[in-house]
Amino acid sequence: MKHSLRQHSVLPGFGLTLGITLVYLSVIVLIPLSAAFIKTAALSWVQFWSVVTAPRVVASYKLSFGASLLAAAINTVFGLIVAWVLVRYSFPGKRLVDALVDLPFALPTAVAGIALTALYAPNGWIGQYLQEWWGLKVAYTPLGVLVALVFIGLPFIVRTVQPVLEDLEGELEEAAATLGASRWQIFTRVIFPTLLPALLTGFALAFARAVGEYGSVVFIAGNMPMISEITPLIIITKLEQYDYTGATAVAVVMLVASFVLLLLINFLQWFSRKRNPAK
Amino acid sequence: MSIEIRNVTRAFGDFVAVNNVSFKVASGELVALLSPSGAGKTTLLRIIAGLETVDRGEILFHGEDTTDIGVGERSVGFVFQHYALFRHMTVFENVAFGLRVRPRRLRPSRETIRDRVQALLKLVQVDWLANHYPQQLSGGQRQRIALARALAIEPKVLLLDEPFGALDAKVRKELRTWLRRLHDEMHITSIFVTHDQEEALEVADRVVVMNVGKIEQIGTPREVVEHPATPFVAQFLNLDDHGPAWLVEAKIKHRGYVLAIDKKLGHAA
Amino acid sequence: MMWDDVGTAQALPAPSISKSAARRGAREEPVLVRAGLIFIALGFLLLFLFVPLASVFAGALRKGWEAYFAAIVEPDAWSAIKLTLLAAGIAVPLNLVFGLAAAWAIAKFEFRGKSLLITLIDLPFSVSPVIAGLIYVLVFGLQGWFGPCLYVHDIRIIFAVPGIVLATIFVTFPFVARELIPLMQAQGTDEEEAAIVLGANGWQTFWRVTLPDIKWGLFYGVILCNARAMGEFGAVSVVSGHVRGLTNTMPLDIEILYNEYNFTAAFAVASLLAMLALVTLALKTLVEWLARNQIRRDLA
Repeated sequence: MKHSLRQHSVLPGFGLTLGITLVYLSVIVLIPLSAAFIKTAALSWVQFWSVVTAPRVVASYKLSFGASLLAAAINTVFGLIVAWVLVRYSFPGKRLVDALVDLPFALPTAVAGIALTALYAPNGWIGQYLQEWWGLKVAYTPLGVLVALVFIGLPFIVRTVQPVLEDLEGELEEAAATLGASRWQIFTRVIFPTLLPALLTGFALAFARAVGEYGSVVFIAGNMPMISEITPLIIITKLEQYDYTGATAVAVVMLVASFVLLLLINFLQWFSRKRNPAK
Repeated sequence: MSIEIRNVTRAFGDFVAVNNVSFKVASGELVALLSPSGAGKTTLLRIIAGLETVDRGEILFHGEDTTDIGVGERSVGFVFQHYALFRHMTVFENVAFGLRVRPRRLRPSRETIRDRVQALLKLVQVDWLANHYPQQLSGGQRQRIALARALAIEPKVLLLDEPFGALDAKVRKELRTWLRRLHDEMHITSIFVTHDQEEALEVADRVVVMNVGKIEQIGTPREVVEHPATPFVAQFLNLDDHGPAWLVEAKIKHRGYVLAIDKKLGHAA
Repeated sequence: MMWDDVGTAQALPAPSISKSAARRGAREEPVLVRAGLIFIALGFLLLFLFVPLASVFAGALRKGWEAYFAAIVEPDAWSAIKLTLLAAGIAVPLNLVFGLAAAWAIAKFEFRGKSLLITLIDLPFSVSPVIAGLIYVLVFGLQGWFGPCLYVHDIRIIFAVPGIVLATIFVTFPFVARELIPLMQAQGTDEEEAAIVLGANGWQTFWRVTLPDIKWGLFYGVILCNARAMGEFGAVSVVSGHVRGLTNTMPLDIEILYNEYNFTAAFAVASLLAMLALVTLALKTLVEWLARNQIRRDLA
């Protein structure tokens, strides 16, 4: 391999492992991904634009991105509370609750999808009360999409905030207390600023995951065009109609958005490492 | 502000950190709590600050029982061993913190805060670092800023927990002298905790020697060195039959009196 | 100096907080606030996490145990289970080998472009599963790059098992690598260099020195990779032919049953995957506990 590109090392295996890595990465990830861009490049700009800005598609963007944003925001607030409670307090069953927070990671999206749908349907355990008491319809509406996206984004904020909370020096709070700060002031001026980078990272991760989510949403969404149709579903619909070009064009839009988000997340993680250097 | 520690006891499970300790600190005095590591002196300091509770006993500030007075209300300046500076705030913001969090009616104006912070930073000789972040500074600088932050709230009592423990020997010596001079100017009742005998003897007006949560002896450095009350004190200060060699070499100057003992000490058997 | 005369006797200001607040110390909130926060946290989790989980099992057992078992051993469900296991059985080991190779190259050597490589490895995480399936259709589908060529040789990838396996590999691609890279980076190269100096060759160093150090991270990554592989829905849905008994994985089977209003059967299959998820979480907790104990023993 090109030894000029790396520092000399006594350990063997660089060539082999880097080779495997690059080949596997290219074959499985990079080349197939490029297929989407290459195919779309065959379109003229006008054609591309008309496909990705069709009213039905735009409505789906609003739903996918809007609901994802809102779900990530909800998860940020409640995820912070959950992380706080798990790190700072004790109560019976805490370890069980802590382990279960990862459930949305481990549970297949289809299972989550049908479970949430059954729950929030008009005759479901929760849905029936929502309907009776507040006339609220959740399943088969955009609200159902929101519920599903909150479910799958739930662990992200909790798991990014927990380590930061655990590492927080108690002495900082004690110092602030000796200086006369109230508990609320300590939280807003000392604790929260330290948590902010982790919160933002978790928010971005939850948002990115929610935007592309399909399995857990498609059952509860209702999937009515212009109202409760998410963008991934539009891609599938176009595929079923053999409109590969259209499907790919919309996919490219989503890919670009995902890459931007990925860069943002990496930047946030770099930023938070700068702000809170390890001791 | 005088301090009285009265029959204070504190245990953590089976481990008794502070065992029925009583002593008084006069207003404006600088007292050292001296003992080997892990012997409960930090716990006692934290109790005085209100950061720990007592199992038994009281802490009195100027005759008033402080048991029901909260940490933020005791007007105590606390300097932590590892500084506990707020990493996301500049040096200026750190020092200003205690003034900014006061309830509106008690809060000084922005200009007053600014002037006071700048005067303090100048006092501790780091005024040129006001806009830096703690990570960019050396240990000695951080410790001085921690002190300035504690002083900003005009505390009645100053408590320092092994303030120079995390610094290297040369910096420690410099800061030691500097702290003594600062105290001579300001006359705040101060208690500091250390396991370094030389430090305690050089800086303090009086030394409280502790061992496993109990007081072994209280006295001026001279008293403690010339008349150690128990074998532990003699051994801990290296005052055995063979003479306090390090004392002779160190020739600690304490208020004009040189603690360089070269005659045989009689001490309790 | 702007100082008040601090040395003389002055009374403390009258305390303005309650006695219980004073006794509480510097790091705790009032009891009511604590209870309130716990209530909110648990309520949120109940609504969005526990109840949905419970409803899967409730739905599966609604018609009793016989119906449950009948749904699971039904031939189509059974072949879905087999296909799911097959896809995971191929994807996980492949991604395992890749993860080890990538982590070795990234953690033990310095080279330019390293952070770009790490970002690229993370790519599948940020790609929607539907798009993951789509790109394989673009490459291997009838209208795709290799489509005509495959058609001529009567090799079917899309709408057949190989396509499902490929899509599964894609979506679970980063799991093991992401687990191992920070772990091996934190462990450094000292031990391996010591082994080389003592005369070990590359493989020996890897097996005897590196592998034992990373075993918990490896196990953890494999567990997560497997859980995702068996549960993948969106990507597989695109590349599968949705033919029951042939090209259906368990998640797809759930979808079909559900759309046929055969709720009990759908939940029955779903409950298997839910149990897998719970086992995954239990193993994850176990690994964390074991890893912590190992660290404690190492430091003792």
